[in-house]
Amino acid sequence: MHPLWLWFHKTGSPPLFYRLAGRLMPWFWALALIIGAVGLYLGLARAPADYLQGESVRIMYIHVPSAWMSMFIFAFMAFCGALALIWHVKISEVLMISAAPIGMGFTVITLITGSLWGRPTWGTYWEWDARMTSELVLLFLYFGVIGLYSAFDDRRKGARAAAILALIGLVNLPIIHYSVEWWNTLHQGSSIKLLSGKSTIHPSMLWPLLLMAVATKCWFVASLLNRARTDVLEMESGKDWVQQMLPAEPAATSGQTS
Amino acid sequence: MRNGSAGTAFWGLLARDGMGLWRRRGELLSPLIFALIVATLFPLALGPESTRLSSVAGGVCWVIVLLAGQLSLDALFRSDAEDGSLDAMLVSGQPLYLLALAKILLHWLSTGLPLLLVAPVIALALGMPPSGVATLIFALLLGTPQLSVIGACAAALTASLRRSGILLALIVLPLAVPVLIFGAGAVEAVLVGGQASQALLLLAAGAVLSLAFGPLVCASAMRMSAS
Amino acid sequence: MSEPAAQLAPPLLATEGLCFMRGEEPVFGPMSFSLKPGEVLMIEGANGSGKTSLLRVLAGLLEASAGSVSHGSDDRSGPGWQVYLGHNGGMKADLSASENLRFATRLTGLRKGTSIASSLKSAGLEGFEDTPLRFLSAGQRKRAALAGVLLAPAALWLLDEPYANLDQNGQILVDRLLETHSSRGGAALITSHGLIRPAVTRLSRIPMACNHA
Repeated sequence: MHPLWLWFHKTGSPPLFYRLAGRLMPWFWALALIIGAVGLYLGLARAPADYLQGESVRIMYIHVPSAWMSMFIFAFMAFCGALALIWHVKISEVLMISAAPIGMGFTVITLITGSLWGRPTWGTYWEWDARMTSELVLLFLYFGVIGLYSAFDDRRKGARAAAILALIGLVNLPIIHYSVEWWNTLHQGSSIKLLSGKSTIHPSMLWPLLLMAVATKCWFVASLLNRARTDVLEMESGKDWVQQMLPAEPAATSGQTS
Repeated sequence: MRNGSAGTAFWGLLARDGMGLWRRRGELLSPLIFALIVATLFPLALGPESTRLSSVAGGVCWVIVLLAGQLSLDALFRSDAEDGSLDAMLVSGQPLYLLALAKILLHWLSTGLPLLLVAPVIALALGMPPSGVATLIFALLLGTPQLSVIGACAAALTASLRRSGILLALIVLPLAVPVLIFGAGAVEAVLVGGQASQALLLLAAGAVLSLAFGPLVCASAMRMSAS
Repeated sequence: MSEPAAQLAPPLLATEGLCFMRGEEPVFGPMSFSLKPGEVLMIEGANGSGKTSLLRVLAGLLEASAGSVSHGSDDRSGPGWQVYLGHNGGMKADLSASENLRFATRLTGLRKGTSIASSLKSAGLEGFEDTPLRFLSAGQRKRAALAGVLLAPAALWLLDEPYANLDQNGQILVDRLLETHSSRGGAALITSHGLIRPAVTRLSRIPMACNHA
């Protein structure tokens, strides 16, 4: 057997995953908090205000990394879904389902920060801007995946259904994005974009943005491991390895009854 | 064709479900009646001025087609999952791709095609100029098969649930956004004096791709639902 | 097929340590058995013991959690090499028996020397060929489904509770179908809750097992 494959299968075994995730999780929480704190400090206190949009441009340091994460997590979900469909790796099903609410959370944050940013920029909380509209459709896709999964009683079957939907969604996302861009130019609606397409961004603005992007990734990993651990524990609650981890409880009850 | 070949399986499924639909042909009318009622609501809600109605007619027609197409989706695979004929299809060893394609074709023939015929009537009633109506028909011809593909995949995903309810619309509608945009955009482009060809070509590309790959997705959803 | 030839023939179906779990709940297994041409195997078990799941695993509808299913014949790639009859028969209530069977033969092929009319007749449905199934009783619908099994050219039958819902004549009918099928070298795997005593010559029975590690 290929060593990588062997490693994959071993990590895919629930008890090993549970222990590994438990050991990694604190590190990712710590990284997320430290990098996030530095990034927020640089972004909110040190980076210059925009000459056009003023202080409100600082929302970008939350809005943009969240938007990246909302799409990254959907792709991650579809990737885990493909693994689950092709090789039936149980852990990848768990990871996919655990990632969905986190991705939905980032999508909601993106939409809220976007509309808060839109208020001073456009003078309205909601403008049918191409990026914001795509993000809204992405939120509906998350709703669909989560809704489909939770409609099934059999969670493995639900995970397979959700995996198929996540894959369809991933293939459609670029098409949806392109179509919304096309729709926006057809109707010539918004004049000012929240972010201009120019890539010449000053380093003092770029650094906090990159730090926040890393911080949100670490946050995602930590949160994902946390959720997946709980799911694994619940899923495997009948198994020996879970029972062995809870020696105190049965002993206590038997002590009371005797 | 010899019995038991892929071809007889495809036509057999189409014939069987077609016959079943014909036995309950009253239900075939419900998407059409729904479309007409919703179309009546727009002038009542927006007021009867012809300029206002004709400016939204294209978009209204597309939204009506999209929503009316949802009504017959739930029945597409639900009864097959309940009466065991989905199992029979899977065990038969016939190419599921073709059987899924037959289901998609069935939905298009029973819902997409009738809506395609009624949509121009609605458009004319809302005051769309004839040039726009011609584009609308062409765009619907390219767009409705894609809606049937997306709908069939969603119906296959939810077939084994006791009831799909709002879930079906929740899955279908976001995925149908590009079809809606290019379909309504083609009509809009003609009405403002531009060219519809770009939107129509994009719709055609979508139709080819979704008809090529959609049945694969639908087949894997059918297999999931039977498990 | 003569007795010694059947002994030498490879099994049509063989399982090795077959296990199935629904979620984390063990349903059955490990089960190992084989089914040779001419044999009828009856799987016995109480309600909820996983008989239906076993049949669905064998039919390829469900995926086994462990163990293997193998088929001796090489022609299992083509359509119609096995027939699966589930609880609900796979028939449309709005269509008549003959319309349903026409679809079944288009899907899986038609056994040489049979016809829809003759199979409905031998299933005792003469006179009901064109009645929509929803006007028939549960037993009559079962007979229609059995007529479909008769039409299929499959060598391997997987029948879930074939005796359920049938009157005495119907049960004799199932016996006769199984006997004919096994005498021409076919094999059948049927399930039962244990009260049924099929009158079939080469019948063996095994209980459902569930003792997962």
